Amino acid sequence: MLERGTIAVKRGLAQMLKGGVIMDVVTPEQAKIAEEAGACAVMALERVPADIRAAGGVARMADPERIIKIMDAVSIPVMAKCRIGHIVEAQVLEAIGVDFIDESEVLTPADESHHINKWAFKVPFVCGARDLGEALRRIGEGAAMIRTKGEAGTGNIVEAVRHMRAIMDHIRKLQNMPEEELMAEAKALGAPYELVKETARLGRLPVVNFAAGGVATPADAALMMLLGADGVFVGSGIFKSDDPERRAAAIVKAVTFYQDPAVIAQVSRGLGEAMRGIDVRTLAPEERLAVRGW
Amino acid sequence: MARIGVLALQGDFLEHEVALRHLGQEVVQVRTVAHLDGIDGLIIPGGESTTFGRLMSDLGLYRALADMIAAGLPVWGTCAGLILLARHVLDLSYPTLAALDIVVDRNAYGRQVDSFEMDVQVPVLGPEPFRAIFIRAPVIQAVGEGVEVLARLPQGEDVPRVGAGTPIAVCQGRVLGTTFHPELTQDLRFHRHFLELVAGRVAPI
Repeated sequence: MLERGTIAVKRGLAQMLKGGVIMDVVTPEQAKIAEEAGACAVMALERVPADIRAAGGVARMADPERIIKIMDAVSIPVMAKCRIGHIVEAQVLEAIGVDFIDESEVLTPADESHHINKWAFKVPFVCGARDLGEALRRIGEGAAMIRTKGEAGTGNIVEAVRHMRAIMDHIRKLQNMPEEELMAEAKALGAPYELVKETARLGRLPVVNFAAGGVATPADAALMMLLGADGVFVGSGIFKSDDPERRAAAIVKAVTFYQDPAVIAQVSRGLGEAMRGIDVRTLAPEERLAVRGW
Repeated sequence: MARIGVLALQGDFLEHEVALRHLGQEVVQVRTVAHLDGIDGLIIPGGESTTFGRLMSDLGLYRALADMIAAGLPVWGTCAGLILLARHVLDLSYPTLAALDIVVDRNAYGRQVDSFEMDVQVPVLGPEPFRAIFIRAPVIQAVGEGVEVLARLPQGEDVPRVGAGTPIAVCQGRVLGTTFHPELTQDLRFHRHFLELVAGRVAPI
């Protein structure tokens, strides 16, 4: 019997994206630049996160018209974002045929208590996480892929590093625990016991885990790979820089060759200015996107 | 024990590596021409074919790989890997290695929501069905005379018309291609079959 939307099929697409770079784009032209540079997927948006910050107001799912034009322009997978808990935005994105939905804290949350039940969809979901408990709750709700939240639209890698280290450190801690301690640990994490056991056994999350939120340079991307990311999302970092084409191709190479500083040095040369960026410590608490999500 | 290279530019190369290590093989991640030295076989994994194309072109891997395949290096491509081995691919802006005389249509089943898994029969692996996982899979539209078809998608009312009855696993000489992902399952029979090909225990067609 033929089956669609199974765990293997949904998590499998994320496995195909590993070792790659997923780039935020707002037009078909940008999507083509990303594809030619070697992006393994694009995220179709109304605005990149840096512009969402600047615009203020309520950030919603992109216009389906914009997403469809981007889907028509490239052959690589196209992702799109819906608001946290906005079941109908997700249904709309599934209906137009996006390949992956990002239930994203970058948009204004629609529900302050509950995320979407992602098991109810055939399309796979990626969700942000700051720590292991949050990652496992999202997987428990059906997410087929996790990414660090970082602090989107800042061009500042510090939060993505914090979140990746938090997840990886906690996994290493689980691996060293005797099995009888895992139930209390699941309680402390606020995460499903079965997923805690599986993570301890695997020594990694049971789904693909990308880095996101603040990647601006090839070295930033390579750093996240070194810390254990399976791949990298780049949001504002590419199309808010001086030379998006070269920067995009350079970040793709830096991810493939993250263990080879000579290659990272070579691709980093003469790239022009990176996005200007924001010191995260200057953000007011209500300006922080990473705290959205429960 | 053989020394098997796995093209590690992007995609699910680690899944192939894990399968090969289970079978006691030495594995080399291939990112540059120098990594190709001394390998007995090569796997091109799943991933994005345009990403592979861009990186292979920048890194000068096309020429080196094509020469080694022409000299008899056994190669297996899964999904995106099969696309890069095909003689002709509709609508791909990069060259291919043209090691399998097949014509391929990328993403022919539609988008990710149309991806699927099902049991298929692969006679060369024995009577037990193989769980085939198709992720934004290509369709093989035509095969040349020298190509042996190892498996076809069944015909059935639930099978998408575009793929029904088409080849999903093919072999030509020492080159193997599958449109699905054995590396996403725990079933190691396809990896064993490839190692037989590497060892020269399967007579090339």
